[in-house]
Amino acid sequence: MADSALPTAPVPQLAQSVRDRSGVRRKLRYYGEKLGGSLVSLFAVILTSFFLFRIIPGDPVRTMTHGRPVSIEQQEQLRRDFGLDKSVAEQFWSYLTGVLRLDFGDSFQFNRPVTDLIADRFWPTVLLVGTSVVISAALGLWLGVRGAWNHGSLSDRVNTGIALTLWSVPSFWLGLILIVVFASGAGWFPTSGMESTGVEGWERIPDIAHHMVLPLVTLVAVVYAQYLMIMRSSLLDEMGSDYIVTARAKGLRDLIVRRRHAVPNALLPTVTLIFVNLGFVVFGAVLVETIFSWPGLGQLFYSGLSVPDLPLVQGLFILFSAAVILMNLLADLLYPILDPRVRP
Amino acid sequence: MNGLAWARRRRTVARFWSQFRQNKAGVFGLVVLALFVLTALLAPVLTPDNALSVTRPPGSPLEGPSADFPLGTDRSGRSMIDLIIWGSRVSLTVGFWATFISITAGTLFGILAGHFGGWGSSLLMRVTDWFLVMPSLVLGVALAAVMGRSLTTIIIAIGVTTWPTTARLVRAQTLAVEARPYIERAKALGGGHLHVMSNHVLPNVMPIVLAQTTLMVGTAILTESTFAFLGLGDPTTASWGATIQAARDVGAVSSRMWWYILPPGIAIVLVVLAFTLVGRAIEGVLNPKLRERR
Repeated sequence: MADSALPTAPVPQLAQSVRDRSGVRRKLRYYGEKLGGSLVSLFAVILTSFFLFRIIPGDPVRTMTHGRPVSIEQQEQLRRDFGLDKSVAEQFWSYLTGVLRLDFGDSFQFNRPVTDLIADRFWPTVLLVGTSVVISAALGLWLGVRGAWNHGSLSDRVNTGIALTLWSVPSFWLGLILIVVFASGAGWFPTSGMESTGVEGWERIPDIAHHMVLPLVTLVAVVYAQYLMIMRSSLLDEMGSDYIVTARAKGLRDLIVRRRHAVPNALLPTVTLIFVNLGFVVFGAVLVETIFSWPGLGQLFYSGLSVPDLPLVQGLFILFSAAVILMNLLADLLYPILDPRVRP
Repeated sequence: MNGLAWARRRRTVARFWSQFRQNKAGVFGLVVLALFVLTALLAPVLTPDNALSVTRPPGSPLEGPSADFPLGTDRSGRSMIDLIIWGSRVSLTVGFWATFISITAGTLFGILAGHFGGWGSSLLMRVTDWFLVMPSLVLGVALAAVMGRSLTTIIIAIGVTTWPTTARLVRAQTLAVEARPYIERAKALGGGHLHVMSNHVLPNVMPIVLAQTTLMVGTAILTESTFAFLGLGDPTTASWGATIQAARDVGAVSSRMWWYILPPGIAIVLVVLAFTLVGRAIEGVLNPKLRERR
């Protein structure tokens, strides 16, 4: 990074190709480091998950069968199924090869492979979380830009206040209140689920959208404040810069200064945040999906917790963590494309 | 410690306070917090002896608001107001202890890593990377599920999953402080590692830690209510999150018993918002760039 800041003007043409090659090498090293770091993190997660769910509980079978009438033979069978009669090293090897083949074992409560369960519940969560991220990012960025541009104004203070208050609201509680008021109260929206039974074909789209309104509002309400605050403070930072003064001095219209000069620079930290958050929002979905009985991964995780269904919780733990790692990696890879200053 | 240093510190605190006072939202937050702390401390005085008793409750189950019970009763016939008052104890206790663990560990490791640098520092960064990548709530929920259901588990789970953020912040600040000339002077005058860290770095890191602490208590309280709602807390503790969970179990949602659902949530929002406002006000005093320009 440092050498690119050195004065390079008097360097003859000959040196150009040399610099290019080292540039490619630098680029490769940057991407390699990021990719390597992600793989290390992923391995750490897989390792953590093994120790967290097998070693700490002492006897997972007893944890799982706690408070249930299970005979000694059944417990022994479960131990064999889990491979608990083997040594830790052997257990770890079979666990590791299992995870690499995306085989997390069979769920205890559903008696089905965890991978199948995850595949069933994957798309509803992607639909809900994806839509909520798009809406909250758009809303947060828009309000953040407006707030910073007119900072100190009444609308800015009101918007910041509302955002901070909503940020302090527990999402599950907001969901319950929305159900009380708009679903079981006013009857405008269904109280739970993703679809009504007996709806076929194209009719399904408005039906799912109708079911999605309240969960969506809940998720957006608790998440957008973060985007608003980051965008606002980042734009406030940029507004003090010399180039903004220059742009204004050139006589550019306020709108142009904002759209062409200030916002693109202020957008950078926010974009990173959105990506990093994307992984975490999946977990936020645990509560919202549970409240609204949305048939997604979050609800699956909740049902696994209450048993506790260790193979299921373990598989989802790895999946959620992997999502965060992947999104972090994407943010790292995207950042140099968006910001030439940090280009390797 | 000589008198001169203390006089200087008193002046700093006075200046800090006069700037903090200008932030109306921050003062509002502070007042709300004081009220909640007072309520938590006076809980045994404010409520009757059998307020939390399930076997000898003061009222009958699920009563609506009345003169005797302004916010109605819960499923065991306990007054909702009394439950909220006792719940403030649970929330504040969890908030403070979890933050204490998180901030102490974060500050200690942050200063050590920033001061000594080298492989220890890189190791710390790797470890925090790993913690930050793992969704802390997932890790916390897993820990709580594995360690059994109790308030201590929740406190440890929150503390363990939040300290890396503080450690990173403190390490960055330590590096900035150690680059200043007076640290070099202290070292040249024969100040050892411990002296530099405790007398020079720590006082300069404390303001940032203070802001981080207030913000974190709010987050910890929010997380506690989430854990309690997920059923990972001690079932016999009447925390606000647990009360909301109980309301849901009883079917308060479909029968629209608003007095059962609304008050605990509002209490959570008020406390978390108060901590956030105070934290932001402290940040504003420390970093004039964040302060509102009017």
